[in-house]
Amino acid sequence: MKTGAKLLVESLQREGAGTIFGYPGGSVLPIYDELYDAPIRHILVRHEQAAAHAADGYARASGRVGVCLATSGPGACNLVTGIATAYMDSVPLVAITGQVPTFMLGNDAFQESDITGITMPVTKHSYLVKRAADIGQVVKDAFYIAGTGRQGPVLVDIPKDVMTAQIDIEPPIGRARLRGYQPTYEGHALQIEKAVTLIGEAERPLLYVGGGVIASGASEEVRRLAELMLIPVATTLMGLGAVPCDHPLNLGMIGMHGTEAANYAVTECDLLIAVGVRFDDRVTGKIDAFAPNARIIHIDIDPAEIGKNKPVDVPIVGDAGKVLQSIIRRLIKKEGREMWLARTRHWKEAQTVRDGEDGLSPAHIIREMSDLLGDRGIVVTEVGQNQMWAAQHYCFRRPRTWISSGGLGTMGYGFPAAIGAHFARPDETVVDVAGDGSFQMNIQELGTVAQYKVPVKVVILNNMYLGMVRQWQELFYDRRYSYTELPAVDFVGIARAYGVDGIRVEEKEEVRPALEAAFTTDGPFVLDFRIEREANVFPMVPAGAAINEMIGRRQR
Amino acid sequence: MKLHTLHVLVENKAGVLARIAGLFSRRGFNIESLAVGTCEEAGMSRMTIVVLGDDAQIEQVKKQLNKLIDVIKVSDITEQSTVSRELALIKVAAEPGETRAGVMQIANIFRAQIIDVGAKTVILEVTGDSEKIDALETLLRQYGIKEFVRTGKIALLRGQKGIKSTK
Ligand SMILES: Cc1ncc(C[n+]2csc(CCOP(=O)(O)OP(=O)(O)O)c2C)c(N)n1
Repeated sequence: MKTGAKLLVESLQREGAGTIFGYPGGSVLPIYDELYDAPIRHILVRHEQAAAHAADGYARASGRVGVCLATSGPGACNLVTGIATAYMDSVPLVAITGQVPTFMLGNDAFQESDITGITMPVTKHSYLVKRAADIGQVVKDAFYIAGTGRQGPVLVDIPKDVMTAQIDIEPPIGRARLRGYQPTYEGHALQIEKAVTLIGEAERPLLYVGGGVIASGASEEVRRLAELMLIPVATTLMGLGAVPCDHPLNLGMIGMHGTEAANYAVTECDLLIAVGVRFDDRVTGKIDAFAPNARIIHIDIDPAEIGKNKPVDVPIVGDAGKVLQSIIRRLIKKEGREMWLARTRHWKEAQTVRDGEDGLSPAHIIREMSDLLGDRGIVVTEVGQNQMWAAQHYCFRRPRTWISSGGLGTMGYGFPAAIGAHFARPDETVVDVAGDGSFQMNIQELGTVAQYKVPVKVVILNNMYLGMVRQWQELFYDRRYSYTELPAVDFVGIARAYGVDGIRVEEKEEVRPALEAAFTTDGPFVLDFRIEREANVFPMVPAGAAINEMIGRRQR
Repeated sequence: MKLHTLHVLVENKAGVLARIAGLFSRRGFNIESLAVGTCEEAGMSRMTIVVLGDDAQIEQVKKQLNKLIDVIKVSDITEQSTVSRELALIKVAAEPGETRAGVMQIANIFRAQIIDVGAKTVILEVTGDSEKIDALETLLRQYGIKEFVRTGKIALLRGQKGIKSTK
């Protein structure tokens, strides 16, 4: 005989969960007691939100399902932002929560919350486990649902008496059993035929690739299609790294803070091949002015995304990699398209970045970082200007080296996600590019990196503002900086208090040595860069404007 | 915009109704009526959902429903040959005498049953399509409707065709 908690831990092991992120409490004591001598590594974070983000970062860096654990009530509620973040970016996550005993369910017992109800809109699926005998199958199904099809978070809520119940059962072997869940992986042959024809006929085709390409591991296929048919590529924020930044056909990021080349190309293309993207408003701007003259092929594993925001000509439901393979197999190499390629190349060359400013420029810091790390880095970000500067100026060459909260835009995401990324890929240098505002949202995780000697480097682009909001106030609210100024904080002092090393940098000449010091230190490191206070992110498409209506760079 | 009737086969599990109702409210789809009950297949329920929308909206509703893990099958049966019924119970003010006779006559024409008679009221039970029930309600209104409940529409395809979990 064994307890439900023991069966849970055995089931997690069977699903390959080597590292989990969590925080204990009364309702999960039976699980923690089992973890005490289980061969699973548990990382104690300082706030449950960080547990969810860390599991999410772990999943994004590795491609495996991330796992987090929290107690009932407040613990479970603290996971919600992390679960919602994973949901919006389709990240495979299993969140396990403790619950009050079944006989107290619904009585407003101490630390009870209806966490399955609370998270229903932000999970792919959820379970309230009422019998210990079900734990094994539920865990198996939860991992299967989280990690297949369009990936996403799954919640498993387990009442305390279910954890302590005595049972005589092994974790199930074999596959998950779900009648209502059969994701489609292979594209429909007829639609693939149509796509092949359109790609052959197009004069000005453009590939528009996103997070689905990263999730599917389809980078290689995207590159092959682009090179075979001479098609320029624009990537979304979530698609950074799908194609190497310095690939001649890569036009860079598309969207609100995208490149001129990508945004003009989508406006002029006559065929848009959308792969693993969802036509998000931060990408499309005014939807009618997005690819106005193009036929559209849309490849996505989630049928509900196809045609949701924009009507398409050729819908293909399936796995990006598999579908692209079938398309490539039928294509004949394209010659020509010189006019179109020359035009996109011209846009690209015209957009060379100017540093311009005398002070410490964020673009400069990111480019130095990119230069130093080369192929060794994973860049995680917070949210705001810091995120956009990192996206614009870092050279991403490989998938899963860019980790950022795209869909929900969660401040405080980066630091804990970086911790998770480290445990997934201990061989890589993991950097959290942060704003001073965002870093303060989960700054307590300095305790976690200190305790476990997690060698994450925090690069704070400190403008003493909630910078991105201030930028909007500058541009659209007549410079009325309502509640966006933050007082100076001694981040190095705070880091030291937790036992983490750091340097404050104020001069341009100090940038490189400071980065070198951080990257050569074994442990965690905090870099506080005091950047130009009112630096802005340009180009920018104002919300609701057409994608090619970009407002200028540096107009101060 | 028009009314669509969706037939949805779901796992008979706790929380399924909440998931479906939540999906409708969260995405701003408007449910006109929803009826659920167990069915001939063990562990499953059939739902009949009537929803108002244009083609694109209904397409989204179907796709979003299909994404729910507990949903096994979704079919739009609006254009198909179906039989559909609703049940309503109507409590009408009907003093003995002339009024009560009038109510009973109307009940007769609509093939409604009188299932309870009180001192000043009677309760009618009627089944039929939505229009029939609407018509009966309108007629009875002149007598004074005290209480009125209806089940929402349920529907099945006619003949051999059917909606099963497997083909
Ligand atoms: C949890 C959360 N609250 C509020 C916001 C709204 N918001 C978006 S960007 C931003 C400013 C971020 O400031 P900071 O972290 O200092 O970064 P910067 O833009 O200066 O680089 C805010 C408040 C958000 N995205 N997330």
